[in-house]
Amino acid sequence: MSAESGAAKTPAEYVSHHLMHLTSNHDTGFVSMSNWHIDTLFFSTVLGLIFLTLFRIAAVRATSGVPGGLQNFVEIIIEFVDNSVKDSFKGDRSFIAPFALTIFCWVFLWNCMDLVPVDLLPLFGEHVLGLHALRVVPSADMSATFALSLSVFFFIFWYSFKSKGVVGFAKEFLTHPFGAKLLPFNIILNTVEYLAKPLSLALRLFGNLYAGELIFILIALLPWWAQVIPGMGWMIFHILVVTLQAFIFMTLTIVYLSMANENHDDAEHH
Amino acid sequence: MQASIPSIVGQMIVFAIFVWFTMKFVWPPITKALDERQKRIADGLAAAEKGQKALAEASKSGDDALKAARAQAQDIVAAANKQATQLVEQARADAESEKARIVAAGHAEVVREVTQAKDALRRQVGELAVAGAAKILKREINAGAHAELISELAAKV
Repeated sequence: MSAESGAAKTPAEYVSHHLMHLTSNHDTGFVSMSNWHIDTLFFSTVLGLIFLTLFRIAAVRATSGVPGGLQNFVEIIIEFVDNSVKDSFKGDRSFIAPFALTIFCWVFLWNCMDLVPVDLLPLFGEHVLGLHALRVVPSADMSATFALSLSVFFFIFWYSFKSKGVVGFAKEFLTHPFGAKLLPFNIILNTVEYLAKPLSLALRLFGNLYAGELIFILIALLPWWAQVIPGMGWMIFHILVVTLQAFIFMTLTIVYLSMANENHDDAEHH
Repeated sequence: MQASIPSIVGQMIVFAIFVWFTMKFVWPPITKALDERQKRIADGLAAAEKGQKALAEASKSGDDALKAARAQAQDIVAAANKQATQLVEQARADAESEKARIVAAGHAEVVREVTQAKDALRRQVGELAVAGAAKILKREINAGAHAELISELAAKV
């Protein structure tokens, strides 16, 4: 597995090479304004297209009669997502349900890339395509997870404005939860609360998958005979992590948007 | 580890397109199929219940009809038996009267034939007597003078 490429490199080189993106330039800053993560964009788009193709085929063939295997599978996921949305979101679900479905399936497929042997695609990229680096797990890249969480962040405001109006939202932002007299504290608290949502969404997914990938890389550094047991154990554990993180991201998205969609003035009268 | 702003923006655009596609072309057809199936199953269950009720009613009315038909059949059989008996009685009465008639007719015939035979016999006896007398008288008197006397005699017999 790792032996061929690992032989020429020190372990530190091996690990840091694995954590390098296939980028459009050599900017190494923590936040880059110009550096495209080509690998992340490529794999996430391809995985998204796989999801859409599969579901579109099922949608075209959808029948109210006896469903086939693919339709059954797709229906199970759609009903699961729809029920999750129905449980907490009151109102028109024609946007939020497909939104949640896209997040769940896309993140799940991203995370599944962590189950591909850690050296397989980078070696293929290096020796066949001549790529200097390749990272195949989009959710182990902050760019991908922040793209999702910022989209969710945008729709939090969208639903807040829709349910309370811009004025109502501003009023709530300034006067809740301590009342108008403690306005500065309200602003501080609400700012932290709103910023925490996209940050925690993005960093939770990123952290889990980044750590998972790192452990796989470390296992790959072991002698081949010592890799089997820990590799298998971590892989099996990761099947859980992959699904769980996709589910958590979707559920929190639904919860955040449901909270934004609720009218707090009404809620207080109950 | 790097957060790339262009990648984030690019991903968000890709994500927006994916969500739009899901919303337009994936979610509605499948949920429509699900709703339709739910409705079909509900309709099917309702129809099955209705069918069961109708079956119960039909079997009840069938039983009633059978009972009525059985009673009617019994009536018909009884009436037919009665009619048959009547017919037999009628036939017997007819036959009796026919027999009586035939016997009476036979009787009358016999009487008539006897009378005829008596008449013929009487005539023949008369003729025979006349012939005998004529033969006797031929020798003594002519037949013409005595024929009147003989036929008067024959009529008396």
